Amino acid sequence: MIAGARLHAGAAGLASLPVTLFGLILVTFLIGRAVPIDPVLAVVGDHAPADVVARARAELGLDQPLIVQFWIYLRHLAAFDLGTSVMTQQPVTADIAQYFPPTLELATAAMLIALAVGVPLGVLSAWWRGSWFDHSVRILTLVGQSVPVFVLALLALLVFYVKLDMAPGTGQIDVIYQGMVSPVTGMLVVDAALDGQWDVLQDAFAHLALPALVLAYFSLAPVARLTRSFMQDALSGEYIVTARAKGLSGARILWRHAFGNVAVPLVTVVVLAYANLLQGAVLTETVFSWPGLGQYLTVSLLNADLNAVLGATLVVGFFYVVLNLLADLAYRLLDPRVR
Amino acid sequence: MLTRRTLMASAALPLVGRSALAASPPGIVVMAKQIDDIVGAFDPAESYEFTNNEVCGNCYRKLIVPDVADTSKLQGDVAQSWDVTPDGLTFTFHIRDNIVFSSGKKLTAEDVAFSLQRVVKLNKAPGFVIGQFGFTADNVEQMIRATDPKTVVMKLPEMQATSFVLYCLSATVGCVVEKAEALAHQTNGDLGNAWLKTHTAGAGSYTLVDWQASDHIILQANPHAAVKPKVPRLILRHVADPAAQLLLLQKGDADIARDLTADQLKSIAGNAGYHVDKANQLNQMYFAMNVDVAEFKKPEVRQAIKMAIDYQGIADNITPNLWSVWQSFLPKGMPGATNEIPFKKDPEKAKALLAQAGYPDGFSVTLDHFSKAPYPQIAQALQSDLAAIGIKVTLIAGEQKQVISKNRARQHQLLMTTWFPDYLDANSNAQAFCDNPDDADTSKLHSPAWRTHFFDPALTAEAEQAVKEVDTTKRMALYAKMQNEFMQMAPFAFILQSNEIATMRKGVTGLQLGVLPDYTKYADIVKA
Repeated sequence: MIAGARLHAGAAGLASLPVTLFGLILVTFLIGRAVPIDPVLAVVGDHAPADVVARARAELGLDQPLIVQFWIYLRHLAAFDLGTSVMTQQPVTADIAQYFPPTLELATAAMLIALAVGVPLGVLSAWWRGSWFDHSVRILTLVGQSVPVFVLALLALLVFYVKLDMAPGTGQIDVIYQGMVSPVTGMLVVDAALDGQWDVLQDAFAHLALPALVLAYFSLAPVARLTRSFMQDALSGEYIVTARAKGLSGARILWRHAFGNVAVPLVTVVVLAYANLLQGAVLTETVFSWPGLGQYLTVSLLNADLNAVLGATLVVGFFYVVLNLLADLAYRLLDPRVR
Repeated sequence: MLTRRTLMASAALPLVGRSALAASPPGIVVMAKQIDDIVGAFDPAESYEFTNNEVCGNCYRKLIVPDVADTSKLQGDVAQSWDVTPDGLTFTFHIRDNIVFSSGKKLTAEDVAFSLQRVVKLNKAPGFVIGQFGFTADNVEQMIRATDPKTVVMKLPEMQATSFVLYCLSATVGCVVEKAEALAHQTNGDLGNAWLKTHTAGAGSYTLVDWQASDHIILQANPHAAVKPKVPRLILRHVADPAAQLLLLQKGDADIARDLTADQLKSIAGNAGYHVDKANQLNQMYFAMNVDVAEFKKPEVRQAIKMAIDYQGIADNITPNLWSVWQSFLPKGMPGATNEIPFKKDPEKAKALLAQAGYPDGFSVTLDHFSKAPYPQIAQALQSDLAAIGIKVTLIAGEQKQVISKNRARQHQLLMTTWFPDYLDANSNAQAFCDNPDDADTSKLHSPAWRTHFFDPALTAEAEQAVKEVDTTKRMALYAKMQNEFMQMAPFAFILQSNEIATMRKGVTGLQLGVLPDYTKYADIVKA
C-alpha cells in the first residue's frame, strides 16, 4: 500500500517534468529574445555593413516572427540540436559535452569536501550548543557565507599559490600536460586515472584542490548551519530523552538516533546545494580560469552568443529540475511519513 | 615547511605527490591574456576580433605589410614588388619564389589569387575590406587572377586611391592561405571556411595546434617559416581576471601578461623583475552626441562639451599608461593623422558657448557607457566636468554589446564607446565618422555617423573624394582638412587612444607590439 503511494507520487513527479521543462524552454527563449542586445553583433561584429548584418539575421532566423522562431527552436531541440555557438564554432551540444564535465568535477569535489566537513561540524555544534566550538563554527560558516566567493578565491590564490607556494596557479592543468590525456569523461582527474597518466593525474588534482576548497568553503555554510538546525530539533525530541533514559552512549544517541532522522531533510539541502554548484560557480571558474560551464555561459552571454546561452541555460535548468525531482523522490523514499 | 604535497595530503587526497607546477618550462612561452573575444575563429576571411587577428598575423603571411618603423610606408611580404598602372586600375604583384607553407608546399601566385577571391566569395564580416573595391562573387575570378606562378594581376572595377587599396590588402583578409589545403578540407563549397576556423594553412612563423575557446590557444613553430620563431611553442592562456594574470606572472607561470590594469602596472613599476613594453594602438575612445537630441543639433553645444572635458586629467588619473589623449578621428599611427590637440578644459568658455546656444542653465542628458573599468570612472569624470557647466548627466552602464546595440538602434543620447579601424588606411575611420550619405532609417550604411544622425553632405563628399584620390599627397591634405573641420563641429568628442601594453618577466624580450593586432609578432620572443 505504502509502496504503491510512493510509486504514484514518483510518477506524478516524473509527469510534471515535461511541463516544467517546456516552461523552462519557453521562458529561456523569451528572455533570450528580450535582452537588449542584438545577437547579430556576435556573428558579424560592430563594423559589418548592412547587407552582411541582414544576411546574418536571416541565417539566424531572427527575421521571422517570434512564434515561428520558437517553433523552429522546438523542432531543432526535439532533434537534440541546440544550434552552433558563434564563439566556439562548434555545435552547442559539443560545447556542453566539453564544458560541463569540468564543472561537474569541480562541483562534485567541492560538495564532497563540504559534506565531509560541514555535516560533522553541524552535528557537533548542535551537540555542544552554546559552547566555544559552536560559536567558532558559526563564525567560520558566517565568513564563508558573507565574503564574496571571488574575494575568497583571490585570497586563496594569493596565500596558497603566491605566498606559501602550496598550490599551483589557475587553470585545469599545467600547460606542459595540455592535451596529453584523451577525454573520456571530460573530467581530467578521472580521465588521467583511466589513462594511467599518473603525472597528469597529480597535476590535475593539484589544480583542482584550491578551487574545490574555495567552493567547498562557500557551500559549507548552508550545509553546516542547516545540519546544526535540524540536529537541534532532533535532539529536543522525546525519543532522545527516552534514549538517554535507556542509558545509551552519547555517540549512539547522536549518530544513530538523532542524525538518522536528520538525514532525510538534509538530503534535500545537499541536493539543492549541489544543483547550485552545477549551475557553474561562475566567479570561482573565472578567477581560477576553470574551463567550466559557468565561464562558458558568462562569456557567451557577454558575447551575445544566443544559441550557447539558451543551450547552456537549458542544460543547467534540466539538471536543476531533475535533481529537485530526485531530492523529492529520495525524501519520499526515506521518510515513510511523507505520502 | 608546508609544500603542495602536504596541502594535498591535508585535503585527504593521497594521490598527489610532488609539486606539480613549476615556472613555465623552457622552450614554451606562456602568455596570459583575455582571449574570449574570438568570433569567426581563425579563418582570415572571417577573423575580425583582436585575438584571432593577432594569431592570424603570426600564422599567415600577407601580400604586403606596413613598415613597422614607419606605418606610412608599405613593403612587400609575399609580394617582392608591385606595379600600378597610371590610371590606378591595374595592380600587378610579383610574388617571391622562396616562400613555403607549413605543409612544406611552395607558395605561388595561385594561392594569393585564391585567398583574395575567397574573401569576396565568402563575404563574411570583414569581406567588405576587399569587396568595397567593387568586387563581387561573380566578377572576382576575372578581376583577380594569377597570370603565372609568380604574378598576380588585380583589376579594379572602379577607380580607388592606390594607397587605400594597398593598405586594405595589408589587413587580415590579405593573409595568404594555401589553396590546396583549404580545398582539400572543403565542405559544401565553403572554400575550407569551416576547417580553417580551427586550423591554419599559412606560411607564417607559427601554426595553430589547438584552440579551446575561453581556455587556451597553442601555437607551434612552423618548420618551414622564413622567420623562424626563437621559442618553438607559444601558449596563450585565457586568464580573464587581470589580478590573476599578475599572480601568474609573479610566480613565473606566465611569461607575459597582456591585460594588467593601470593600478597593477603602477604596483610593479620600478620592480626589476618585470619590464613593460608599450606601443600605441589604433583603438580610440569617444563620446557621441546623438543629433536627434535637440540640444546636440547646435554646434555650440557640441563645442561646449568638448571644452568642458578634462582630457589630461582623465588620462593621468584614470588611465595612466593605458590610454593617452588624442582628439582626431584618425588615430596616431594611422597615415594622415594630424597630431593637433585643440581642446583643453575651459569651463568658462564652455559656459559661454552654452549660453550662446540658448542654454545658459544647461540641460539634462543620459550617458550610456560600458560597465567594465575604466569606462565607469571616465563616465563619472565626464559627469563631473559637464556638471561644472550646468549639464546634468545621468549615467547608464551596460554590457559592451548592450551599449553597442543601443547605439546601432540610434537610441542613445550621449554615448561613450570605442572604435577600432578595420584597416590601416584613413578611409576606414573617415567613412565611419564622416560619410553618411543617407540619414534615413532605411540607409544601408550604419556607420557611427549614421548611428548618431551626423549628416554633413560636405564632409561626406570629402570622404568620398579622398578615397578615390590617386595622388597620395593631395589625399593626405584632404584628410588633414577633414580632421580640422570634424574636430570643430562634429557631434563626436574623441578623447583618448589606447596603448597596447605587455608586461614581461625579466629575461623575456622580443614581443613586437603592433598598431593593429595582426601586426603584433611573436617570432622574436626569447626567454632567458
